[in-house]
Amino acid sequence: MTNQTPILIVNEVTKTFPGVVALDKVSFDIRPGEVHALVGENGAGKSTLMKVLAGLYKADAGEIIYKGEPVEITSPLDARHQGILLIHQELSLSPELSVAENIFLGAWPTNRFGVLRKLRLNKDAQAALTALGADFGPSVRLGSLSIAKQQMVEIARAKAFEANVVIFDEPTASLTDTEKDLLFATIRDLRDRGVGIVYISHKMDEIFDLTDRITVLRDGQVQGTVQTDETDVGQITQMMIGRELETFFHRAKSTLGSEVLRVERLTNTRHFRDVSFSVRQGEVLGLYGLVGAGRSELVETIFGVRTMDAGEIFWQGQPTGRLTPRKATDLGMALVPESRKEQGLVLGLGGRANISLPHPDMFSRATVMNVAAEMRVFDTYKKRLDIKTTGPEQALSDLSGGNQQKFVLAKWLCADPKLIILDEPTRGIDIGSKSAIHQLIAGLAENGLAVIVISSEMPEVLGVSHRILTMSEGQLVEEFSGDEMTEKNLIEAVSHRADGRRASA
Amino acid sequence: MTINISERSSQTNVALTWLFRNHIWLFLGLAIVFFSLASPYFLTVNNISNVLTQGAFIGILAVGMTLVMIDGEIDLSVGAILALSTALAIGLQDQIGVWPAVLAGLLSGAALGFLNGAITAYSGIHSFIVTLGALIGIRGLVFIYTGEDALMVQDFSYTEYAEIYLGPVSVTALTFFILALFFQWVLSSTRHGRETFAIGDNIEAAHDAGINIKRHKIINFTICGTMAAVAGILLSMRLGTAEPNAGKIWELWTIIAVVLGGTRLTGGFGSMWKTIGGVITLAVLRNGLRLMNTPNYVELMVMGAVLILALLLDRLLSSQTEA
Repeated sequence: MTNQTPILIVNEVTKTFPGVVALDKVSFDIRPGEVHALVGENGAGKSTLMKVLAGLYKADAGEIIYKGEPVEITSPLDARHQGILLIHQELSLSPELSVAENIFLGAWPTNRFGVLRKLRLNKDAQAALTALGADFGPSVRLGSLSIAKQQMVEIARAKAFEANVVIFDEPTASLTDTEKDLLFATIRDLRDRGVGIVYISHKMDEIFDLTDRITVLRDGQVQGTVQTDETDVGQITQMMIGRELETFFHRAKSTLGSEVLRVERLTNTRHFRDVSFSVRQGEVLGLYGLVGAGRSELVETIFGVRTMDAGEIFWQGQPTGRLTPRKATDLGMALVPESRKEQGLVLGLGGRANISLPHPDMFSRATVMNVAAEMRVFDTYKKRLDIKTTGPEQALSDLSGGNQQKFVLAKWLCADPKLIILDEPTRGIDIGSKSAIHQLIAGLAENGLAVIVISSEMPEVLGVSHRILTMSEGQLVEEFSGDEMTEKNLIEAVSHRADGRRASA
Repeated sequence: MTINISERSSQTNVALTWLFRNHIWLFLGLAIVFFSLASPYFLTVNNISNVLTQGAFIGILAVGMTLVMIDGEIDLSVGAILALSTALAIGLQDQIGVWPAVLAGLLSGAALGFLNGAITAYSGIHSFIVTLGALIGIRGLVFIYTGEDALMVQDFSYTEYAEIYLGPVSVTALTFFILALFFQWVLSSTRHGRETFAIGDNIEAAHDAGINIKRHKIINFTICGTMAAVAGILLSMRLGTAEPNAGKIWELWTIIAVVLGGTRLTGGFGSMWKTIGGVITLAVLRNGLRLMNTPNYVELMVMGAVLILALLLDRLLSSQTEA
């Protein structure tokens, strides 16, 4: 079904920023009716290339040939009107506006006097939403929808603007498997209608599942374009990093010690009910479930960020009572949250200040910070976690996602916790850093820490955990260990219950 | 049966959500009940008419401020612009006649608003700083023009326009309501209005969608300056004089009224309905406290406390609905 004449050709495009060549004579093309993966480690130039195509950046040299003619894309709106649509990783939407207003943002229909034609706007939006199979209307306030539904609103733009080229930048970063299936169905549907699709992702299983061709970028240069069915993960990975990764996942080879944490019938009426489990020294416990299953809320409640409505928490066999984050930290718990920008880091500050932030007592006397101690810890973890930064004061906003995540880990590890809870530890980071973090998790468990890993990536949970709890709609479903830990079992456990609810609703 | 209950609870939810997002009317209701019980003079036609007229000056300023604040900006110069337009409308009457002088006053407001907007939009300096500069500079201009004395109107028929009433509603209050309703319509039904929300809500998304952010901001600052001039003209008609200190710290009362109404300082959320609520609540509080013979400094303390309480309530309620 793929038409061999490309709809869009990028020809030797170069883009430099002060001190960096972000794109170095990059050439690739997109054919109508194909899904073309664009892969590369963070900082390889994927985002820059996409921003050039979407009219956010102007290329320094090279040309873009669209529908057979050289074009200049002057602005995002211009790109959209020409039929090129970028779907951002961080959704580019306005929560206070309606769904319809968001779909057509920047291109609302008006009469001669600038008055909105709301009926027409809602009708056009409804048509796009219906085509996607959305179960919400055009006049709903966007902010009241879940992230997955908000993403559908972005995709509805592709329908609404009759896009010829749609670029997806890490679209599954905050989706669960069911939502992902829906997204993939939508992408395949767009493809079958002859839309050329660029798919940027770190997730190899998605890329091999979905795409027809793969272009690999490294350090701003194209390493090659290959047919997806003529290659494998090993080759792509090697092209991306220039070396071969031996294994993707590392399960800790540790001996299990005594119980560190046990929760019994823990309940937070808004999010989950009657959750009981325990975790031991040296154990990596996986927590798998769909987004909205209550996984993050569960660990946040244990850590005292959210209030518990019923149940009990035992720390090394002793009941703790109601915890606060401070008490939990003092006991020896550490929680590495899901969204590092909002909850984990102060991006404007450097690594030194971020590491010491949650431990004022460790690094200060009478409120005066002990900079020498901060520097020692900074150097230790820079080395231990192989963090790439120019120095202790370099603002974290200048670092890649992987290196930022390593600082989040350093911040919690320097307090020597007995239990560390990692919520989506590798979300949105490149494959090299991912592997480093998996190795680190194994190393922590081997040193006797108890580790709880929450992840929406099945291979990750399967790869690092000794035991996996599945969670669905606020309840634990089943526990798996050893040979029972298979993709099939996990999927069945979490989807069974979700289907059950849909039937009764 | 169960369906009925869930339907009713969803209706209750909708009602509660509405109340959470429009808490100012609850506040206003409480204030009216309180002052009605506290003072026999409060709930009289004459007094309500006074409250509306007194509130309308801040109200007209607040109409413009609401637009600017939904954009995520602020305009501190409205009090100074009001003083300048008052001075021009009265001072120029001898030279160019009554209506041309009024027009000159209005145009000065529009021009200064445009300037505020253009500097903010093109320099990237925060509007707080730009309009703080404007506040000081324009006030200086007013002192130079008036020679530090109050200007008096020569033809006293000019002050009669302020005495036009529609029933108990003065022309000033009527102007406020008409402008507020008109700009509510602009906010909810025109492309400019809705894009104003888009800009304040998520400026990146608005930029990516090709919305001309600079133009919208300049338009809203120009409207804000013009509203200040309208309030200034009405004030000149009411007083018949132009004081160089007219409208001093009114920008603060205006911001208080808008924020009290529930429009967010961070932009992207608000409405003229909220602003009407905030303006009337503020006017009722000031009027009620005076009827109770509250000393001026106590009045200020109460107003300050009310503002902070209202914002705490807003915080509490919005965290309830979003949790």
